[in-house]
Amino acid sequence: MTRSKENEEFDLVIEGAGSNKRYWSDIWKYRELFLFLAWRDILVRYKQTVIGLAWSLFRPFLTMLIFTLIFGRLAKFPSGGVPYPILVYAAMLPWLFFSTSFNDSSNSLINNSNMLTKIYFPRMIVPVSSIIVNFVDFLISFALFIGLMFWYHFVPSWTILTLPLFFLWVVLISMGTGLYVSAVNVKYRDFKHIVPFVVQFGLYISPVGFDSSLIPEKWRLLYSINPLVGVIDGFRWAIIGNPRYIYLPGLFLSLSMTFLFLLFGVLYFRKMERVFADTV
Amino acid sequence: MGTVIKAEHVGKKYVILHQQQEKYVTLRDVIVKKTTSLFKSRARLNNTKSPATEKKEEFWALQDINFKIEQGDRVGIIGRNGAGKSTLLKVLSRITEPTKGRIKIKGRIASLLEVGTGFHPELTGRENIYLNGAILGMHRSEIKRKFDEIVDFSGVEKFLDTPVKRYSSGMYVRLAFAVAAHLESEILIVDEVLAVGDAEFQRKCLGKMQDVSQRQGRTVLFVSHNMQAITNLCSRVILINKGLVIQDDTPSKVIRDYVMFETSKDGSVFWNEDSAPGDSTIKLLAVKILDQKNNIQNRFFSKSKIRIQFDFILKEIDPDLVIGFDITDEDGVVIFRTYQNDSKQEEWPSFQKGSNSIYCEIPSEFLNVGTYYISPKISLHCKKWIFNADPLLSFEIELNHGVSPFWNVLSKSNRPGALALIIPWKKKTENF
Repeated sequence: MTRSKENEEFDLVIEGAGSNKRYWSDIWKYRELFLFLAWRDILVRYKQTVIGLAWSLFRPFLTMLIFTLIFGRLAKFPSGGVPYPILVYAAMLPWLFFSTSFNDSSNSLINNSNMLTKIYFPRMIVPVSSIIVNFVDFLISFALFIGLMFWYHFVPSWTILTLPLFFLWVVLISMGTGLYVSAVNVKYRDFKHIVPFVVQFGLYISPVGFDSSLIPEKWRLLYSINPLVGVIDGFRWAIIGNPRYIYLPGLFLSLSMTFLFLLFGVLYFRKMERVFADTV
Repeated sequence: MGTVIKAEHVGKKYVILHQQQEKYVTLRDVIVKKTTSLFKSRARLNNTKSPATEKKEEFWALQDINFKIEQGDRVGIIGRNGAGKSTLLKVLSRITEPTKGRIKIKGRIASLLEVGTGFHPELTGRENIYLNGAILGMHRSEIKRKFDEIVDFSGVEKFLDTPVKRYSSGMYVRLAFAVAAHLESEILIVDEVLAVGDAEFQRKCLGKMQDVSQRQGRTVLFVSHNMQAITNLCSRVILINKGLVIQDDTPSKVIRDYVMFETSKDGSVFWNEDSAPGDSTIKLLAVKILDQKNNIQNRFFSKSKIRIQFDFILKEIDPDLVIGFDITDEDGVVIFRTYQNDSKQEEWPSFQKGSNSIYCEIPSEFLNVGTYYISPKISLHCKKWIFNADPLLSFEIELNHGVSPFWNVLSKSNRPGALALIIPWKKKTENF
C-alpha cells in the first residue's frame, strides 16, 4: 500500500506547522456555534442587567447630542440641508458598530480562554461571534434612529435600500481589525490598555461629527485610506441620498483597504491561532 | 474493524522562559528589551563580559509517542503527573499542534478534557445543554433529538430552568457529563473528569462509557488516576513516562508494574520547598510511613499499628481543606479512603499557618499479607483537587497476629482478601 493511499483511509491527519487543510470546512461544520456564542453573550448581557438595554439606547443618543452641540451649534459646520442630528446619527450607526466590535473582539479570546484550552473548534468563531452580538445593538440604535427621523419629519431617500450593503461593509471592517486585534491581545497582554486609545483615535480621524465633503478635495483621497471614511460616507448617502457624500475614488480606496485589512487579519489570526492554546 | 488512531513519532515541545513569571509576553517588555539590547550591543563592544542573556529552556512534554488503536478498544492512559498524558490528549483532540510527527484518525472524535467547558453560570440548565452541545460540535437538531435522554441521564429535570450557578457541584457535573456522553462520535476521549462527583455518579459514568464502547463499538481513551476504574473499563493500558510510551499491555499487567516500579519503597517521599506539590494554600513537604517508635518503615507485622504522616506548609487556613489518602492493593483496588476530618469535629487535628504535621494510624490486626499502596489526596472540599496522585508509597504486611493454629498453618498459603480480621464466632443458644 502506498503512503498516500494509506492516508486516504483516515479522515483526519494531525500534523504540526498549521497543516490543517480542513479549516474552512470545519468552520462550516461549526457554523451554528457562531450564533450559539452570540446568543449566549446576548442572553447573559440582558439577563444580568436591565441597564444592558438602556445602555445601548443611551450611548448613541448621548454621543449624538454632544456631537450635534459641538459641531453643529458651536463650530457651526454646515449640515447640507438636513437636521444636524440626522447627519451625525447616520455616521454613528456604523461607527458605534465598529468601535464596540473592535473592543469586544479584542477581549473575546482571553474571556473564553478556558474553552480554548479544553476543546477544539475553529478559533475564528470566537471573535467573529462577539461581532455578531453587536448586531442587536445596531438594531436597537437603528430603532432609535427611526424615532429621530419621525421627530424631525425627515423622509429618507430611496437609497436607504442599499443600506444592508454598507452594513455588510462595516461588518467586514470589524472582522478584519477584530481578528487581528484579538490575536495580538493573546500574544501581548498589555495590548488591551492600548485598545481604548485606538478607538478614541479612530473617532477623531473618522468623519463622525462632520460631513467628510468638508475635507479639501486634494486631501480627500488620502483621507479615505481609513476604510471607515468610505463606510460612513456610504451610510450618509444611503440615508440622506445626497450625492455630495459620495467621493468615488475615495470609496474604492476605502473598499480596497477593507479587503486588505480583512486579508491581513485572517492571515495573522491563522498564524497565531496555532499557539493560542499554549499561550492563552 | 481496523486502526482508528495511529500515532507516529509524535512530539510536543514547549519553550520555557526562565526570566519571566508569566507565560505570556507583554508589549512593554518587548519594547524595553529591544531598546535596551540596542544599547547593550553597543556597550558589548567596549565590554568583553557579555550580559546575562535570557534563559530559554526547551521542554519536550511528548518525545516520541507511537501507538495504534483499533476500533472498539478501550484504552486507559496512565502515568505520573507531568508524564505527558494531558498533552497527549490535547494533541489528539486538536487543541494544540504536535511539534513533530503525525496522528491519523478515522472517525469523529469527541473529547471531554474538562467537565462543563463553556458552561455559563448565568444561563439555565436548558440553555447550557444547547450551548455546551454546540461547543462540543453537535448540531441543534441533534441536541433537540437527544435532549430528553440528556436530561434523563443527568437527573436535574426539576432544575432545568434554574441558572446553573445555583446548582450544587454534583448537579453541575452530572449535567455536563450527560451532554458530552451523548455526543455521536466514533472515538471518545475522556480526561480525569470523574474525580469530581459522587460515587454513584462515577459508577453511572463508567457504566455509560462501558455501554458506549462495548455495545456501540466505539473507541474510548480514558485518562485516570483511579486504577480501579481503569481496570474495570479498559481492555488495554498505555503507560506514559517523560513523554514516551513505556508499556502497552493488558490493564492488570501494566498497573501492577506501574505501581511496583513507580512507588517509593523506602516508606517516605520528600519534596523540597521549590518542587513541593500544592498551590497557594498548601505545599506538601513529605509523606511518611512510620512505626510506633517514629522510624520510617516499609515492612510491618500485622500486629503493629502503621502511622501515616503528612508534613506540609500552610500559606493560609482554608476551612475546606481536606487531607487524606487511599490505600490500594496491587491491582489498584481501593481498600479504603480516609480523611483528616472524617471523625467528629472536636477530634479533627487543628491547623496553623506555617509548617504542620498530622498523622493517622492504620489499626493493627487489620490488613492481610501483601503489598499496599498509598495515594495521597488533598483538596478543597467540592471545589478543587490540589493533589490527587497515583500510588506514591508502598509498604508490606506480614501476618503475625493469628491466634488460631488453623489460621497460622494456613497462612503459609495466603488467605484471600485484603483484610485479615479475626471475627469471633458464637454458638447460638436457645434462650437468646
